[in-house]
Amino acid sequence: MEEEEPRIGVFICHCGVNIGGVVNVPEVVKYARTLPNVTYAEDNIYTCSEAGLTSIKNAVKEHKLNRVIVASCTPRTHEPLFRSACREAGLNHYLFEMANIREQCSWVHAHQHERATEKAKGLVRMSTARAAWLEPQDEPELEIKDTALVIGGGISGMTSALSIANQGFKVYLVEKEPELGGNLRRLHKLYPTMQDTSEILDPAIKAVNANDKIETLTSTTVSDVTGYVGNFKVTLAKGTEKRDVDVGTIIVACGAVNYTPPKGLHQYGVFPHVVTQLEMDELLRNGKIEKPPERVVMIQCVGARKGEIRAVDLAGFPKSDTARLLSKILKAKKEEGWPYCSKICCMNAIKNAILVKDKFPETDVIILYGDVRVYKEYEDFYSRARECQVKFIKHIEEVTPEITQESEGKLTVTAYDALSGQEISLPCDWVVLSTPMIPHKEEVILARMLKIPISSDGFLMEAHVKLRPVDTQMDGIFLAGVASGPKDVPESIVSAKAAAARAGTLMANKKMRTEALTSVVDEEECFGCGLCEEICTYGAHYLENGKSHTIAALCRGCGACAAECPRRAIAMQHFTDDQVLAQIKAGLTEEL
Amino acid sequence: MQEAKLETEFDPTILAFCCNWCSYAGADLAGTSRFEYPTNVKVIRVMCSGRLDPTFVLSAFRWGADGVLITGCHPGDCHYVQGNYMMERRFGFLKEALGHLGIEPERLRLEWVSAGEGEKFAALVRDATQKIKLLGPNPLKKV
Repeated sequence: MEEEEPRIGVFICHCGVNIGGVVNVPEVVKYARTLPNVTYAEDNIYTCSEAGLTSIKNAVKEHKLNRVIVASCTPRTHEPLFRSACREAGLNHYLFEMANIREQCSWVHAHQHERATEKAKGLVRMSTARAAWLEPQDEPELEIKDTALVIGGGISGMTSALSIANQGFKVYLVEKEPELGGNLRRLHKLYPTMQDTSEILDPAIKAVNANDKIETLTSTTVSDVTGYVGNFKVTLAKGTEKRDVDVGTIIVACGAVNYTPPKGLHQYGVFPHVVTQLEMDELLRNGKIEKPPERVVMIQCVGARKGEIRAVDLAGFPKSDTARLLSKILKAKKEEGWPYCSKICCMNAIKNAILVKDKFPETDVIILYGDVRVYKEYEDFYSRARECQVKFIKHIEEVTPEITQESEGKLTVTAYDALSGQEISLPCDWVVLSTPMIPHKEEVILARMLKIPISSDGFLMEAHVKLRPVDTQMDGIFLAGVASGPKDVPESIVSAKAAAARAGTLMANKKMRTEALTSVVDEEECFGCGLCEEICTYGAHYLENGKSHTIAALCRGCGACAAECPRRAIAMQHFTDDQVLAQIKAGLTEEL
Repeated sequence: MQEAKLETEFDPTILAFCCNWCSYAGADLAGTSRFEYPTNVKVIRVMCSGRLDPTFVLSAFRWGADGVLITGCHPGDCHYVQGNYMMERRFGFLKEALGHLGIEPERLRLEWVSAGEGEKFAALVRDATQKIKLLGPNPLKKV
């Protein structure tokens, strides 16, 4: 292939009127035909249609094309489709290139037809320049071990473990506490069914213990992870005892914790009758409230939907790593609160309000809120609270409600009613603070070991928020439950089963192909400085006999090593220096 | 009318490097949301802002770019954990190097754009185009 002259085919899409209504497509086709190495060019009404794809396949054969460019929409959505058309035509799909003339041209220059046409020509020119340097790649095939590791023995972790075991694979279920159960252990009742937590938890624990495919390891933590998809080596620690296990996939279900307000916020930790919702749940469960209270006031969004996380992490943060980021966020957030909506607190408050009403029908329950966010069937739950006379008062959140105490259990909450604008004074026996779910510290250590990024909210980050919600950026590692952000029990179970299905798919296939986007070291040029080994997040480079080598399965293809290498000895496949430079030059000059 | 007027003023050529995961998706979102911006910027996709070899930027100026934008994921959001920090480090000395070469350092910008910030991307392109228009052509073009 390297000896062969590039023969490029360019297919320019009208996308109905989406592109064709702004860009003069026939003119771009005419221009494409004048470009070096372009053997063939045509326009299509929809290149992604069956007719368009057939046209590509025919042209590859007829004109002996060895590169294909489609100028249409974004490669983020359509590259896989066109790549498979190339494969079907017998062309290695790394010889395909896309020019984005819709999202990044016609749609953003709708009123500048001539200039948009000129820009589209430029984008096609850049793609042809890059295409000439493209090389075919083989996608390496990896063996996948048929054993999984689930980190965290809460409801999500147990659900994942059971689901994987039921698919016939061996599972190690690791829990840092002496018992399984996680956060649900601390909860009494679950909304909206008001059933006892034990009704869900006990059968799950029993099923896990009874399943001989699951090996449960309590009081155990993960102390090291090396390897890559299909072949992870995990070191587990129980006290000083260490044990190594080999697994093919990992599910992270490490959970989250409840935010504890700093002492003094709403007099928390100062007045004994100011408690969090979780503590109120415990008080109700243990029957600690004997005397019927006159009034209970709940305050929503304590430590949630406050503060600006970007402002914290942007300040002076050049060389840091994940651990520093999160510890910094955690420290700042302790005082300031977390910027996101924790999703469960509204329903949780309504649940406790109903529980109080059930037990003490005469008690007046008031929920001070900024917004009440109840969705899907939870709207009924909200109505139920209203029916049993729970009062919802919208207060001005910017003014922190003041809480004073006459004697223990005789409190007064002073807040501003948002509707009347009047100050309201509410004598009460209990003040209950609704606080968000936040990431816990162990998560940082895990994130570093597993090389998973942490989102700006501090939770483990999914590979794509919409399209790949339980995958992580690392192949073979999946997220279950609240490790990736606040969820209630049904949502946690959904994500736990999804993660188990994703892991199961990999293990059932026994093998997988990985993208050939990896770095390659030119041993002639490498002088063994070791910079690539030092900077690689994934440990994909190692030095041997004074030369650097890449472990392809570990390389994620970011290309940082290629940029840092002082000898330019590292090529980032499919984004080589030659390819990017050709594209840059073509973007700026007419000469190619 | 507007197109005719533009032709009389300086019409800069600007390249934007976008990372596949955040800022390129942000640029796509600007399109899906139909936020309009000037045609002066052309995007080059790389997997990570950390891929940007300083020579890419220097070559762009050598070949006549009037401005270069580098965009990546917000700190903490990098798909490759810390590629954007590596770029930020290089950015500091790239700006200094440009100054020594007689190229106004303001021609090079590094901005964080998430996949959800289509409006920010569009605003960035508008602002960068405007500022580079005021700076005039890349001084290397006179050499």
